[in-house]
Amino acid sequence: MSSAVFSTSAAQGRPFVFDNENGVEVCPQPSQPELFAEARPPQRVIDAALPGAFFSGVMTDSRLASVTPASRLAVHPAPEMVSSGIAAMDELTGGLPRGCLTEICGPASSGRSTLMLSALAAATRRGEFCVVVDASDALDPQSVVAAGIELDRLLWVRCGENSHHAEHRLEQLLRVTDLLLESGGFGLIALDLGDLPPQTARRIPLTTWFRFRRAVEHTPTVLLAVERQSIAGSCSSLLIKLGFIKLGSLKLGSLELNTTESHASDTEVQFSMPTHAQLLSELEITAELARSRMERKPVRSAEIIFASKTAWAG
Amino acid sequence: MPYACIFVPNFPVAAVFRAEPELRAQAVAIFEGKPPLEKLSAVNESADRLGIAPGMTKAQAELCSELTLRPRSPLQESVAHAALLDCAQSFSPCVEDAAADTAILDLAGMESLFGSLPEIACNIFRRAAELGLDGNVAVASNPDAARLAARGFSGVTVIPPGKESETLGSLSVEVLFANGSEGKKKEDEEQKESARLLSTLDRWGVRNLRALAALPEVALSERLGQEGLRWQQLARGAASRTLVPVEAPTIFEEAIELEYPIVLLEPLAFLLNRLLEQICVRLASRALNTQQLRLTLELQNLAGVDPQLDTCGIPSESDASHDASQKAAQHFISGRQSKFCRTLSLPLPMLDPKLFLKLLQLDLNAHPPGAPILKIHLAAEPARPRSAQGGLFLPPSPEPEKLELTLARIAGLIGESRVGSLELLDTHRAEGFRIRRFVPEAAQEKSKISKPLEEKSAVAALRIFRPPLRAAVTLENGQMIRVVCAKKKEVQGNVLWKAGPWRSSGDWWEREAWSRDEWDIALQNAEGIALFRVVHDLLGGGWFVEGTYD
Repeated sequence: MSSAVFSTSAAQGRPFVFDNENGVEVCPQPSQPELFAEARPPQRVIDAALPGAFFSGVMTDSRLASVTPASRLAVHPAPEMVSSGIAAMDELTGGLPRGCLTEICGPASSGRSTLMLSALAAATRRGEFCVVVDASDALDPQSVVAAGIELDRLLWVRCGENSHHAEHRLEQLLRVTDLLLESGGFGLIALDLGDLPPQTARRIPLTTWFRFRRAVEHTPTVLLAVERQSIAGSCSSLLIKLGFIKLGSLKLGSLELNTTESHASDTEVQFSMPTHAQLLSELEITAELARSRMERKPVRSAEIIFASKTAWAG
Repeated sequence: MPYACIFVPNFPVAAVFRAEPELRAQAVAIFEGKPPLEKLSAVNESADRLGIAPGMTKAQAELCSELTLRPRSPLQESVAHAALLDCAQSFSPCVEDAAADTAILDLAGMESLFGSLPEIACNIFRRAAELGLDGNVAVASNPDAARLAARGFSGVTVIPPGKESETLGSLSVEVLFANGSEGKKKEDEEQKESARLLSTLDRWGVRNLRALAALPEVALSERLGQEGLRWQQLARGAASRTLVPVEAPTIFEEAIELEYPIVLLEPLAFLLNRLLEQICVRLASRALNTQQLRLTLELQNLAGVDPQLDTCGIPSESDASHDASQKAAQHFISGRQSKFCRTLSLPLPMLDPKLFLKLLQLDLNAHPPGAPILKIHLAAEPARPRSAQGGLFLPPSPEPEKLELTLARIAGLIGESRVGSLELLDTHRAEGFRIRRFVPEAAQEKSKISKPLEEKSAVAALRIFRPPLRAAVTLENGQMIRVVCAKKKEVQGNVLWKAGPWRSSGDWWEREAWSRDEWDIALQNAEGIALFRVVHDLLGGGWFVEGTYD
C-alpha cells in the first residue's frame, strides 16, 4: 500500500482503509485483530473467484451488506408542516415546513404579500410570535388587520430609514435576520424582498442563505422569503411561484347598505352605490409549486388558482 | 431573642475597596480636608505596616511611593452603607441602622428559615463579602452585646445565651466608647465626655469590660451616675432594648466618582459593569429584580463641549411616537457641570448584569454623553421577579432577555422608531398607525382574556410606497387613460382597468385636513399587468400612486 486514507464507518465503528492500488479493503482495528481473522477469506481466494475485478475486496465481505450508504441514511425526519392560512395552498404544498426556508416569488401584483399575510395570520392564530423584516418598508397596516393578524404578536422591522439605496436596505435586512435567527423563539420570520430589484436581491451570497437555513434548522421557525425571483437556490425547501394577474380575474363589487325601517314596516331597504363607484372586490392568484424537498419524488408540476377578496368585500 | 450585628471596620477604606477591588492588595490611605491642608483619616493594614497613620498630612504620606492615596468619598460611603443594610435586610425584615458601619438585625424566628444561629452568622458574613464588604458578624441574645462583640472580635462570633459577660469580658473598655460611626462626626461635647470617662476608668485601673462589670453598682452609680450603670450593663451584656427598624429602600443606587474624567465609552463600560454587578447582587440578596435602570453621568464643564450635547439624548418627535417612556434622556446644567441621564425601561423585571450592560452600551452608542464623565450614578428601581407557568405544548415564544437585547441591537441598526409592533390609530387618514414596543408577554396576557381571531379567507394585501409616488395622469373625458410615474418604471402604462373612486376626507377641523379620491387601476407595463392604488389629493390637487395590490 503506497498511501491510504482512514475513515470511520458510523454503522460499524471500525476504520476503513482505502488503498489506491487494491481498492477498498476492510481492516480490523489493530487492537482487536482476532475478531476478523477467521471470517475474512484470504486475498488469493477472492482473486481466484473474481478474476480481473479491480474492486474485488468490496463485494466479498458479506458484512458490508449490512452497512447502509450515507446517501441512503434517513437522517432527518420530515419537517412539521404548518398551515399557510389558505386551504388551496395547503393542498398544493402540504403547508409550510418548520425549520426550513420557503420562497414565494412572483412579479408585482401576483399575490405574494397576500400569501405572506395569510401565513402570518395563521401563525398568530396558533399563538406564535412572528416577524416581518420589511426591506422596502412596504407593509400596509390596514392589510395586516384585514388579514386577521394579531397585532401584538407581530414584530415589524422597517429597514431603510434615511436610505433609498437598495443595497443598504438589503444589508440591514440580512443583519436583522441574523439577529432574529440568533434570538430564536419566533414561529415565523418573513423576509420581504418583494420590492427590491432582482439584480440587487441576487447579490445575497448563497452562503448567507446556507447560514440562514442552518440557523433555522431544528427550530420550530418557518423562514419565509418573499421576492420577485428565486434567489436562494437549493437552500429553499419549498418554492412557490406566483403568476401574473389576469384582467379577467378582477371582479367589481358595490357596497350595499342595509337599513331596517322598524317604525313603518319591517321591510329591508337596500341602497346600492352608483355604478361609477364600483370597487375592486376580488382577484385571482395563480400559484405553482416549483420545488419541494418534502417528498422524495419529482416535483409535481401542479398549479392552483384561488380567489383573494379585498378587505371591504369581506 | 437572638440578634446579629454586622460591623465593617475601617469603613472609609472598606467603601473605597468596594468601589475599587483591585486596591485590596495595596497600601491605601484615605485623606480629607481642604487643600493644601488635607490629612489622612483612615489607612488600611498594609499602609499601617509602612508607618502611615491617620493624622499625617497628605504631603507627608506622598513621600511613601508604595502608598495609594484616595480622597474620602461620602458618596461611596453612603452606597456602601446602603449595601450593608441590604445585606442585613436580606436576612431579616427588622433591621436597625445603628451607624454607617453597623447594622443590627433581629433574628427571632429566622432559624426555621436559614438554619442554626452559627449558620446564619456565616451566611451573613458570606453575603457581606459578596457585596464587597469585609465585616465582622456577631450573634448574641441582645443587640448591644452583639454590637460590642462585632466591634471587638473579627470574623464570625456567636455568643451562647448567658455567656455574654464571659465572652465580652476580654474586650477593651474603649469598645464602649467607640459607638459613634466613623462616618458621622460626633458632637464635640460627647467626645470630650467620653474621653474624660475613659481617662477616669484608666486611672481606676479598669482596662477591660470584665473589670468594669465587676465594679460594685452603688459605688459606680455614686461616682459616674446613671450613665456609669448603663455602661456596666453593657459590659455585662445584660442591657436590653428594642430595635428601631429602618424601611426597605425604594431604589437601589450605586455610584462612583472618578479621579480623572472618562472620554471613551469602552472604559466607561468597565465601570458600568462593576456598578451593575453590585446592584444585581444587592437585588438578588433581596430576591428582587429590576424593571428600570437610570444612569446619570456627571459631565465636565460645558465650555467648549460639542453643541450636540444639548440634544443628543433628548428623544425626537419620532421617538416620542415610538414610546417616549421607553428611553428618555435629560440634560440639566448645574453650575459648571451638566448631568446626562438615560433611563432604560425594561418590559419585564430582569436581573442580568451582562444584559443590562449590553443594553446600556447600545443606548450610549446611540446617544453619547458628548463630554468627559466625572461621576457615574446608577439607580435601579426594584420589582418583584416575574412568575410564569411554562408548558410543554405552548407555542414557541422568544426569551424576554434575548429578545430585549435583539430589539436593542436592531434599533441600533435601523433606528428606535422603526422596530416594534403595530397599533392602528382611530382615524381613516392614510398611514394612521404608530409603532409601539414589542412585548410578547402583553400579547400572551391579552390572549388569555380575548378570543382568538377567526380564520379568514385570503384578503388581498396592499404594498405601500413610502412616500407615495407622484404620478402624471392623463385624463380623457374625465377618465384615466394613462399613468406615468417618473420615479418607478414599473408604474408606467396605459390604464387597462379601473375601479373607484372611493372618496374620503377627514380632520377638516384641523390644519392637517385631508380629502382624496382612491382609484384601483390595472396598468400594462413592460413586465405584465399590475394593479395599483392611485390617489387624487382633492385639497393639494396632485395625483399619487400609493401602493400596489399584491
